[in-house]
Amino acid sequence: MAVTASKPGYHGPFLDKVENFHGNQIVYLHWEEHLMFCAALAFPLPPEMPFRDVVEKIIPASYSLHPDFEKIDWSQVRWMLDGKTFVPDLDKSLKDLGIGHKSLIRFWTPGLSGYRGSFS
Amino acid sequence: MTTHKKLSAKEKYNVMTRGLGWDTTYQPMDKVFPYDKFEGIKIHDWDAWQDPFRLTMDAYWKFQAEKERKLYAVIDAFGQNNGHLGVTDARYINALKFFLTGVTPLEYGAHRGYARLGRHFTGAGARVAAQMQSIDELRHCQTQFHTLSHYNKFFDGLHDPVHMFDRVWYLSVPKSYFEDAMTAGPFEFITAISFSFEYVLTNLLFVPFMSGAAFNRDMATVTFGFSAQSDESRHMTLGIEIIKFMLEQDEANLPIVQRYIDKWFWRGFRLLSLVSAMMDYMLPRKVLSWAEAWEVYFEDAGAALFKDLSRYGLKMPKYHEQATAIKDRLSHEIWTTFYNYTQAAAIHTWIPSESEMAWFSEKYPTTFDKVYRPRYEMWAKMAQEGKRYYNGTLPQLCQVCQVPMVFSEHDDITKIAFRVSEYKGEKYHSCSDGCRDIFEFEPEKYVQSWLPVHQIYQGNCGGASVEDVLKWYHFNLGADNMEYIGSPDERRWNAWNGPKRLLAAE
Repeated sequence: MAVTASKPGYHGPFLDKVENFHGNQIVYLHWEEHLMFCAALAFPLPPEMPFRDVVEKIIPASYSLHPDFEKIDWSQVRWMLDGKTFVPDLDKSLKDLGIGHKSLIRFWTPGLSGYRGSFS
Repeated sequence: MTTHKKLSAKEKYNVMTRGLGWDTTYQPMDKVFPYDKFEGIKIHDWDAWQDPFRLTMDAYWKFQAEKERKLYAVIDAFGQNNGHLGVTDARYINALKFFLTGVTPLEYGAHRGYARLGRHFTGAGARVAAQMQSIDELRHCQTQFHTLSHYNKFFDGLHDPVHMFDRVWYLSVPKSYFEDAMTAGPFEFITAISFSFEYVLTNLLFVPFMSGAAFNRDMATVTFGFSAQSDESRHMTLGIEIIKFMLEQDEANLPIVQRYIDKWFWRGFRLLSLVSAMMDYMLPRKVLSWAEAWEVYFEDAGAALFKDLSRYGLKMPKYHEQATAIKDRLSHEIWTTFYNYTQAAAIHTWIPSESEMAWFSEKYPTTFDKVYRPRYEMWAKMAQEGKRYYNGTLPQLCQVCQVPMVFSEHDDITKIAFRVSEYKGEKYHSCSDGCRDIFEFEPEKYVQSWLPVHQIYQGNCGGASVEDVLKWYHFNLGADNMEYIGSPDERRWNAWNGPKRLLAAE
């Protein structure tokens, strides 16, 4: 459907194209069933970053405040990338894993569903 | 000497309103009024427009001047008597901070928006109505600034609302809402603001703020509310008139009007999510819960309104069932979000008291004890250990409403609703079916959303550190932001009220 505009063919500028992020791309992460973190979090990350850094550096820096965090068994974690089940190779880069600009990664930690099972 | 017969009220009204318009001859009317056709709304006879206000300018000035005299007398008395000391608690002032930074600038936006309509509608009757509303809105903006300036002398976070409105992340929610309307055609603007907001949803804004003010002994705010009330009833009349006028003019207008109503109901509902948190959490003396207000003002009153409008073929706004389905979560989802990011907000947040939690358990029996009470217990424990929780990473935002993506699925409280659209090879995330539909209908417009989180990461907001960004917002760090307990607001409040409490204890 074409935009309703006084000037036919109007198109606004793309404000969030990847070139605007100084070599980074935006990646969203969300720890399911832990709504103490009220939303998915946004990170500007280089596309060459190995997934290992996401797991070992990025995630702990943002999520380790939660009492469940130290109980996570990372071999059991279930991942979803942009709506599809996903088994990440830790040594591959974001780019090689198909994690693009504004991709959303959700992860579930089996056995852990928030403070006293409240999803918080 | 010729004598003129005195005009009757009706004649005078016609001469002083539509009589001031004329059909142009040097240029065709379509060129003089070029902006009210492109939306596809067909108007065959502007003279069929029923004037909603029935006011001439001279009468208007007289009424408004009288209201101003009363209002400013109250404001002066309030200031001279240190009225701020009489409110229920300093926590209440955060509702005023929300109002001044988030709502008052919208009044100014409305002033501009209606001034545009006052120029660009072809029909003189509609132009006159829009011009009068434009002046009303400017007056509301001014009286709100004047009234709340008293509080600015004694509390933090109220010193630079216009600047904050243009920059602060959560204020991009009301700002983008209004800019979306102002950049649309005149019929969409008037449907958005006059009908969807002022007619359908306005009670959910003004009842919480004005009754909240009355319940919390803030007479200054109550008075500006009253002063605006008779204007608001005229605005509501304009809202219903424009809908009926468009639908009576041409059958082909119906699907366009329905789409405008669907869109602006949802946008207004998302905007009001901020009000729901204010209502349930910032009022030390509660008026009614958000869920109760939604039942009274939307489920009952809205259903009656749309039943009345069904003779024109209009239906209830799309996704209204989803809005109702989450009435028991909305305020909690938003307040806990502000609790996450209080370090970056010009309001304080806090964990609700035991008696407030009991009130929540009663008002929200299906959700509060199961989901939100444990969250507050966990946070209280962290605070006791000296680790008051702040979320240090910026959240994902909705491309359309710009609220952080915190809303749960309408049928599952444990899951955040994620929607995504692909447009020209890029992903666009939205928080709901309602926002996704709005994006997908006009992606050409919403690709340019100025999303605060992405703008910060692009380096357009004063610098890379949180401190840089907050300075760019003009926050006074350590005063405007952070937890209420231990804030300068709390310290001053306790100092002012300490002697009173000691007297009461004796």
